[in-house]
Amino acid sequence: MVHEVVNQVMGVSEGLLPFLLLVPLVAAVFVLFGAPARPVSVGAAALNLGLALCQCVTYEKPFSYTLFDVVPSLDLKFLVGLDGLSLMMVLLTTLVTLGAVWMTSKVESGENAFYASLLFISAGAMGAFISFDLFFFYAFHELALIPTFLLIGIWGHGDNRVAAAWKITIYLAVGSIVLLVGLIGLYGSLPVGQRTFDLVKLRELATTTSLIAPSAQRWIFPLLLAGFGILISLFPFHTWAPEAYAAAPTPAAMLHSGVLKKFGLYGLLRVAVPLLPAGMQAWTNVLLVLLIGNILFVGYVAVAQKRLDLLLGYSSVMHMGYIFLGIASLNIIGLTGASVMMFAHGLSIAVLFAVAGEVRARTGTMRLDELGGLAQPMPYLALIFGLAMFASIGLPGFANFASELMVFFGAFGAGSGAFGYEAAVAGKFNLYQIATVCGLWGVVVSAIYMLRAYRRVFLGPLRSTSADVAAAGHPVTDDLSGNRRWALALLMAGLVVVGFRPGLLVNALQPVLLRTLPANVSATTMLPASGVPAHPQAAVVAVVPPRG
Amino acid sequence: MSDKLPWIILFGPLTAALLILLVTRRQRQLSAGLSVAAVALSFLGSCLLFLQTGDQHVQFAWLDFSPRLLVNFGVTVNVLSKTMLLVVTGVGLLVHVYSVGYMEEDRDMARYFGGLSLFMFSMLGIVLADNFVMMFIFWELVGVSSYLLIGHWYERPQAADAANKAFLANRIGDFGFMIGILMLWGLTGTVDFATLQTTLAGYQEKGMIGDILPYLTVAALMVFCGPMGKSAQVPLHVWLPDAMEGPTPVSALIHAATMVAAGVYLLVKISFLLALVPTAREVIAWIGIITAVMAALMATQQSDIKRVLAYSTLSQLGYMICAVGVAAGEAAMFHLFTHAFFKALLFLGSGTVIYAMHHEQNIWKMGGLRAKMPITFWTFLLGTLALMGCPLLSGFYSKDAILVAMAREHPAICVLGLFTAFLTAFYMTRLFVVVFINRPTSDAASHAHEAPAIMSWPLLILAVPAVGAGWKFVAGPFGLGGAHDETTHPGSVLLGYVPVLAVSAFIVGALLGFIVYRNRAADPINIAAFRRKFYFDEFYAVLIRLTQDGLARLTALVDRWVIDGAGVRGVSGATWGTGFMLRFLQVGNLQAYAFLFGLGVILAIYLAILS
Repeated sequence: MVHEVVNQVMGVSEGLLPFLLLVPLVAAVFVLFGAPARPVSVGAAALNLGLALCQCVTYEKPFSYTLFDVVPSLDLKFLVGLDGLSLMMVLLTTLVTLGAVWMTSKVESGENAFYASLLFISAGAMGAFISFDLFFFYAFHELALIPTFLLIGIWGHGDNRVAAAWKITIYLAVGSIVLLVGLIGLYGSLPVGQRTFDLVKLRELATTTSLIAPSAQRWIFPLLLAGFGILISLFPFHTWAPEAYAAAPTPAAMLHSGVLKKFGLYGLLRVAVPLLPAGMQAWTNVLLVLLIGNILFVGYVAVAQKRLDLLLGYSSVMHMGYIFLGIASLNIIGLTGASVMMFAHGLSIAVLFAVAGEVRARTGTMRLDELGGLAQPMPYLALIFGLAMFASIGLPGFANFASELMVFFGAFGAGSGAFGYEAAVAGKFNLYQIATVCGLWGVVVSAIYMLRAYRRVFLGPLRSTSADVAAAGHPVTDDLSGNRRWALALLMAGLVVVGFRPGLLVNALQPVLLRTLPANVSATTMLPASGVPAHPQAAVVAVVPPRG
Repeated sequence: MSDKLPWIILFGPLTAALLILLVTRRQRQLSAGLSVAAVALSFLGSCLLFLQTGDQHVQFAWLDFSPRLLVNFGVTVNVLSKTMLLVVTGVGLLVHVYSVGYMEEDRDMARYFGGLSLFMFSMLGIVLADNFVMMFIFWELVGVSSYLLIGHWYERPQAADAANKAFLANRIGDFGFMIGILMLWGLTGTVDFATLQTTLAGYQEKGMIGDILPYLTVAALMVFCGPMGKSAQVPLHVWLPDAMEGPTPVSALIHAATMVAAGVYLLVKISFLLALVPTAREVIAWIGIITAVMAALMATQQSDIKRVLAYSTLSQLGYMICAVGVAAGEAAMFHLFTHAFFKALLFLGSGTVIYAMHHEQNIWKMGGLRAKMPITFWTFLLGTLALMGCPLLSGFYSKDAILVAMAREHPAICVLGLFTAFLTAFYMTRLFVVVFINRPTSDAASHAHEAPAIMSWPLLILAVPAVGAGWKFVAGPFGLGGAHDETTHPGSVLLGYVPVLAVSAFIVGALLGFIVYRNRAADPINIAAFRRKFYFDEFYAVLIRLTQDGLARLTALVDRWVIDGAGVRGVSGATWGTGFMLRFLQVGNLQAYAFLFGLGVILAIYLAILS
């Protein structure tokens, strides 16, 4: 009896899945055509968060079903579903959407279009994350990106906003084209009888057979890496990001850095890792060098920043390096760490941008040398920024730390012969371990720039405003007020819950990611949990499959 | 019940911290009450736990990738951790009570007590941790609570800067610490202390240690970076004196008695590893003794009452670290134990002095406080004597244990240790004479009053263990102060004379200090290098400007002009050279982009059908 009820509820919740996409989409259309913008948007975002939480509660195992067929002859259909990874992304999207919509302050002109754009972004993201179909994943990811260009170009800040809007547009357009070429190449390389857009089917096929010839994998992978990489702001394709985030209106910066950037990483985990393992392995050294660029080079660029918004932008770029490191390690620890970090970084950077936006609205400046002592007039914002800062620099208690820890363990144990007695005797470090050490130093660097920024903006004697604003007599006295405090507290709560109980996400992610790892990579070569090997022999955490 | 006790001890303060943050932020008294109640509960629990015999080990999985990586959230209860629990919660309770008086007029008293409770939670976590990762987690958390409390008066630039400095110095240490953890995991596949110990023992049994000795040595030294930051050893010691910008009770609890001793505690905990790597031990011993001597030299020339005590803390921590290096972990714990009491007493005493002097910290503006503040005077005297190593007081026994161990392993280090003991007696006498004995040199000093009872009672209570913690029948139950096995170990010529020499160092140092500083209104000795802390801060400032800031500026330039400038435009120029799409985008509007995207989709389908 109870079972039946549970089953029915589960069936219902599976059926509710498409509403995650429909709710923001419909709301966006209504708002566009004149429905009261803020109440409808906040309501839709809250409803969507409720739906996502409902999925979280009822989620037991991955499922997917066809919503409708598009081109049956091509096996092209709108396949929706959820597994641990997409569930996490759905939760992230709904949380950040609600936060972004809630934190939107008064829009001077075109308020309805502004809110509609935010909802369209959210709908696009949602569609991308619940599609288990390559075609629709790509299509929704484009749908989500386009409104951001408009948001920056029309409602952005500063003189630089049009230039920044064009830069991000051209950059991401190039990325999309490269990605498209890569995906077409991938589709074309599938054996003729097995061509499909169905990611579930493709992954099943990839675990049993070598689906795509390794020689083809080797040229497809770099296309996907570059295509996704531009969106993720992989070094050296990152320079669009800080400028765009600085110019973007706060909710757009929150959504783009928090959610949209994760498309690329999600795509790598969904497509590149399971389908192109040989290609991935051939290019890991390049990827490792580039991600060291993300962590150290961009980290030091962040240290040199003199504006809070640019600094946050660079810090966001830098943290992508850690996620890449987790993915590149190609073992379950690293992949799980990378996934959890997508969630953690998404929430923490959204909070940081939100607070930065509030500071700008109150003081009229983002220059670190014009700010100071804001903790006195704005204790709540200072508190929240402090918490998000500590989260972002990897302090235990927040999800970011748990994910960083997994990434470091995964990466340090990655590569062949990296592990155990023989490796210790040889005493040589491979590139993975060097990258791990660079990553650890990056943690120090991130503490340097974040603490310095916090010191400049919130601590010390009060130096309130830019000269202009001071002349205009703008008082810097008000803290974040009323219910908008809850928006930020909600996002922080997500970080804390996962930080204390990373198992909540890890347990949902592990089965998915284990299946994502190609069979020969996830082979059961496991470390002795403890104890001494009977005869000295290297134990390896991830075996590199033979080339070719 | 008994297996829940460790969790109650641990999570009581966290609960208080969260309640203060979420609920009672605006109620100062209520927040203070919550915080005190939580630490009292922890203290009570620790006492109960101490009375129970036998060890406990409770754990559950926190991050489970077994069998590759298993991170437990677990607690170890044994004599070592029980002793440490009592020290932390005992001193902690007194400091909390004292703070109620000291911070009475502070606007942000609630925030202060929240930070204090967070600190208690983190510190107790360090004490109970049963594996490296959990240790690291709480290690970072004490770092952040220390940051919050040093920066309590954040409007003051010095306090805000000191907080940053402390956090960053610790982060640099933790960078090495984490590498060490990863290396040990890379070798053995475990982060658990107990499992690591049995695994290494297994290696040793099979004679396999020799081949991995270099690796283990590096790993051990990397782990040692953590204590180097947290226990403020040269060259990462620079943050501790600056940390005195925090409220004085914080200095007593965190930067003297407990947190800075965490490094020593960790090293004692992993002494099974250090036993295997003599080279690493040698390095540790030298770093410890260099810190001890240098800090003592610097202490002789400071004029801020708290800074003198801070350098003295550095110096005593150097002793403890060095003791670990000469394989005398028990002596290190013994000194940690006694030092916690008398140093907390000294800091709280300095707090009442500062309170009475209306936040004047310069010792040359004090004087004559003996008559005005008798309780502070007598308790401070006991603390000073204990620190100097006066026979029959606690510090004498523990310092003696360390010096004996040094003499046995390393005569040169022992000589330096004795020299440090002499310096300690000298600078503490200087401090004591100038503050309490000499004539008052300012109005504030002439009108000083004894602090209220809530502040003087903790002093009186702390004076008891400061005197007696070293006696054998007191320290014995804590597994400390055992007899030296002088017969079994050959030792050096020095060994037999250590107690005599130590007492002489105390007497000579104290007499010299008394003679030099009796009835002086200004310091007759002037050694700039000591006063300026051997120019470490200046050196680091230059180093940071040259390396880190230079690197930052260089990368920013490259990013702006090479990658973004030439790179992006060059590449885009080449890629888009034919220009059809670029023109589309630049002359048209964003719909063109959507159109292109549609084109791409059609192309995809087209290709799919054809091929």
